[in-house]
Amino acid sequence: MPEKKFFYEPEAREIPAVVTPEQVDLSVNLAGMTMKNPIVVASGTFGFGHEYGEFYDLSELGGICVKGLTAQRREGNPAPRIAETPMGILNSVGLQNPGVDAFIATELPFLKQFDLRIIANISGNTPEEYGEMCEKLSAAGVDMIEVNISCPNVKAGGLAYGTKPEMAAEVAAIAKAHASVPVMVKLSPNVTDITEIARAVEGAGADALSLINTLRGMRIDVNTGRPILKMNTGGLSGPAVLPVAIRMVWEVSQAVKIPILGMGGVSKGADAAELMLAGASAVAVGTACFADPYAPLKVRDGLAAIAAKRGCDKVSDLTGKVNPW
Amino acid sequence: MPIQRECKIVSKTLMGDGAVYMVLEVGDMVRTTCKGPGQFIHIKCGNSRLLRRPISVCSCMTDEPEDTLAIAFEVRGEGTDWLARREEGDTLDVLGMLGNGFQVDPNGRYLLVGGGIGVPPLRGCAQATMGRSTAILGFRTADKVILHNCFQDECAKVLLATDDGTLGHHGYVDFLLRKELEQDNGFTGVLACGPKPMLKKVAQVAEEFGVPCQVSMEERMGCGVGACLVCSCDMKDGTRKHVCKNGPVFDSKEVDWDA
Repeated sequence: MPEKKFFYEPEAREIPAVVTPEQVDLSVNLAGMTMKNPIVVASGTFGFGHEYGEFYDLSELGGICVKGLTAQRREGNPAPRIAETPMGILNSVGLQNPGVDAFIATELPFLKQFDLRIIANISGNTPEEYGEMCEKLSAAGVDMIEVNISCPNVKAGGLAYGTKPEMAAEVAAIAKAHASVPVMVKLSPNVTDITEIARAVEGAGADALSLINTLRGMRIDVNTGRPILKMNTGGLSGPAVLPVAIRMVWEVSQAVKIPILGMGGVSKGADAAELMLAGASAVAVGTACFADPYAPLKVRDGLAAIAAKRGCDKVSDLTGKVNPW
Repeated sequence: MPIQRECKIVSKTLMGDGAVYMVLEVGDMVRTTCKGPGQFIHIKCGNSRLLRRPISVCSCMTDEPEDTLAIAFEVRGEGTDWLARREEGDTLDVLGMLGNGFQVDPNGRYLLVGGGIGVPPLRGCAQATMGRSTAILGFRTADKVILHNCFQDECAKVLLATDDGTLGHHGYVDFLLRKELEQDNGFTGVLACGPKPMLKKVAQVAEEFGVPCQVSMEERMGCGVGACLVCSCDMKDGTRKHVCKNGPVFDSKEVDWDA
């Protein structure tokens, strides 16, 4: 007599191996520079590490892009230098920093105590200044140089180099010629076609690209009719710029072969995962620190959880895995 | 070394016209991070606003089971409006205690000069020199007067000024400061907090009489800990310091008042 079957009997099925967030290998390689995790703190939002280093061990981070350095000390722009915007901020700090020599003498030894990659962000008034700074910083032992050709808050250099492909290439070539560590060029989103600049910089020998810098913006006090920033305009950052960053990382990753440090509005693990899927090899966290000093660590842990959920045993497997329509 | 924690609002009082006084339970924040009167805390005001709001500490004390800290603020915009709507029992995400306060000699006798919402941070100075200091407090109008009774309890003398003459001296605090200094040269120093034009005049009067003067400066702030460098204050020597980390209290002679 046949056995009576009730309803539906499920078939035996092999369950895929479950990856826990702790099992995900977080290490990444950015242009030959290995990092224990893909989280970098963005230039200008983390100083030289002293302040947030009081909240947690800086060795928890993959790397730090230090506050933008110039050949000479700069005092920056007059205040007010910040304005809040819907899900973001505008800033017009204007590269206030102690100068490259003071950084090497007093700040670099502090950062070297920690197990994290030190990326020196530099801005020059002339291509030659970029070259000189690259030489000094390479000799001093930073791990990478981030060439800023996209600061919207200074008159000379900065954005002027970042919006013209020939000038961007010239600065990248000089930096490459004078640096003995990998050179990453930070691109501006304030251009019609970012891939044009990205290709020019890659052609000049850059090892990596970081994007995006801030978007130019403005706010006005309706009671006084005065712009809130003393410089009238400034650079927009924070969650408001995240979709622009993702789109630009996606476009650039298809246009060049060199790796990308993605940034712009990252405040949680999913934001970092989106940038990696779009093509970034590592991710920087910036403005989010102002709301929550622990944001970089939360982004790191959230990213590991997402990688695990997708069954990745290496976080680097996320890079470029977007499946576009 | 500042800390971040969720802090419970244990009481909320409305004062004067549009000012709020709140007492928070702050764990061991006072024990571990208090450097003296005049520091501030950085409060997250809802999820839709990215920046925290710096609010100066009015008074604080170590206590069991948790330290307590009082703040007084005025509704100035969206952030402080959100904060003013919190109720007893709600919790706030607080970063603190931040900045360097006033350098107060506990045996000293000070002139505490405050203007408007710059008055609350001076209360800690009154408490640190209990019963010996003189407070000179200025407000726009009588309805705006706050903490008058606290200063009366904690100071030797309290003088009031209003811009419209509705209470106390009709005019500004620098007039009363000059009068006090003319009558009495025994003060240890002047400690001031208020709008920049007021601080400039107070600094001038103090300098005229050769009395040391510390001022608490205000500027639009970002991180609150000294990492983002947005809250710059122009110094006489041409440098730019930062209100959150180097201040908010500066020696009045350091500040470039003409910037």
